[in-house]
Amino acid sequence: MANNFDFRLFDSWIGKGASVLDLGCGDGALLAHLASQKQVRAQGIELDEQAIIRCVAKGLSVFQQDIDTGLSEYADGSFDYVILNQTLQQVKKPAFVLQEALRVGKKVIVGIPNFAHYKVRTNIFFKGRVPITVALPFQWFDTPNLHFLSVNDFRDYCKKNVTIECSFFRADARQVKLLPNLMAEYGYFLLSKT
Amino acid sequence: MTLQQVQAQSYTFDELALESGEKLGPITIAYETYGKLNSDKSNALLVLHPLSGDAHAAGENGWWTNLIGSGKAIDTDRYFVVCSNVLGGCKGSTGPSSINPKTGKPYGIDFPLITIGDIVNAQHQLIDHLRIEKLLAVIGGSMGGMQVLQWMVSYPKRIRSAIPIATTMKHTPQQIAFNEVARQAIIADPDWRSGNYYDHSIPTKGLAIARMIGHITYMSDASMAEKFGRKFRSDKALFKFGADFEVEGYLHNRGDNFVRRFDANSYLYITKAIDYFNILNGHSLCDIFRGLHAKVLVIAFKSDWLYPTYQSQEIVKACKLSGVDASYCEVNSTYGHDSFLLETVLEGQLISNFLLSVTNGKGQGA
Repeated sequence: MANNFDFRLFDSWIGKGASVLDLGCGDGALLAHLASQKQVRAQGIELDEQAIIRCVAKGLSVFQQDIDTGLSEYADGSFDYVILNQTLQQVKKPAFVLQEALRVGKKVIVGIPNFAHYKVRTNIFFKGRVPITVALPFQWFDTPNLHFLSVNDFRDYCKKNVTIECSFFRADARQVKLLPNLMAEYGYFLLSKT
Repeated sequence: MTLQQVQAQSYTFDELALESGEKLGPITIAYETYGKLNSDKSNALLVLHPLSGDAHAAGENGWWTNLIGSGKAIDTDRYFVVCSNVLGGCKGSTGPSSINPKTGKPYGIDFPLITIGDIVNAQHQLIDHLRIEKLLAVIGGSMGGMQVLQWMVSYPKRIRSAIPIATTMKHTPQQIAFNEVARQAIIADPDWRSGNYYDHSIPTKGLAIARMIGHITYMSDASMAEKFGRKFRSDKALFKFGADFEVEGYLHNRGDNFVRRFDANSYLYITKAIDYFNILNGHSLCDIFRGLHAKVLVIAFKSDWLYPTYQSQEIVKACKLSGVDASYCEVNSTYGHDSFLLETVLEGQLISNFLLSVTNGKGQGA
């Protein structure tokens, strides 16, 4: 679910010629972009068959695998960057997956939808219904999202043993600089091990 | 596909040094080609057949005709496709039913034991003969996939890409066990006559049973339930242990058809070659594909219990550890091992997308 805005952000965070592993890479749009613009050595992991067929068409190296079972075949620090863009909230064991990503990658980039965005709050408060927004576009019965978290939840979680080197927030195609936990639809974090 | 495009040919060369140390010759390899080789010879694909296949992969009754042809996944308007009958086979290539030049009679069990390595070395001679310096891809399922892996290890510089499908790096005890039952069915048939049956009636019973066992392992619980259920045949047999159920009729039918087109001794030799197959052969997963610069696409099928997906994942793991540019897809299909012959829509999309990306030099190192 990467868009042009994501592309520019990842371009600014990822160095030329880096090695990148995208966990839950979807149809490979972000990886293909990074491969052509930043000449990264790209690999993707994805569960969906149709998405894999589209990755293969883009000439990407992609593996069908469930990241909840871990990344045991990858050595420690074998990638410069591991990406978890709009993936972490969909896995069964986010803490384990993040730990594995931090083991395999020297840096990890996490992108999450912010459940504390003001539109989400007003939806629940005034309408009494689970919100459906741009960042959270699914009905309760068919959402792939298993975990709901806010920008602050994620920051709190990282306090334990992860360093947030950089963060970036946006709502639609605008950068959010003020009160991200309230104003941002998406949060992005560049992480490393403490 | 028009029939003019199918070219059945053969190539004979003097001798091949086998992995066993023995020498065999002369050797004839029967092959077919589809499509046209382009001027810089960069569009050639080698398709490798499974146990009971032959050189006739495409066109009418071709074993992979769903995938190979004009406008199909392996598009003969774009690619020049070569498929040869394996060494040890019985469809035009030298095998136990061929005439032994020393005796003037069929080899029978005087034919030397052969390996997947020998089969690939013979194909390599054919590719040299066709003056193809680098194959765009080697593609095959099951035993064909083993040959793909052998090409990746034996001739890494001669291939730009490889697609091993529904296969394994080494035959496991369960797989060897099924082959051994099949072989013993042939050997137990009095008509087998220690392999010297060519002047007599052939061991039809034994070979048919071998094929029946094979077919059980190629299907799945789900595909059998869907295809046959517990339905009875309409022309029910009249004696107590006749083929009452449709599944029994199907197996008999497959067995009976097979004996008309396959040589029992070839079945013995080729299943042995499969059982000996172990591409690792003392190497570790980390270095088996080291130095291979080809792109690899590994395909497995969820319902395949003869070559379970973990075996394809091992191939993927070896690629990752060796830094080989690989992709892996586990296709959701209920057909069991037969999926690689039947579930051709998804498989075809994967293959055609992959071949195009290799042709266009997309992806890493481009």
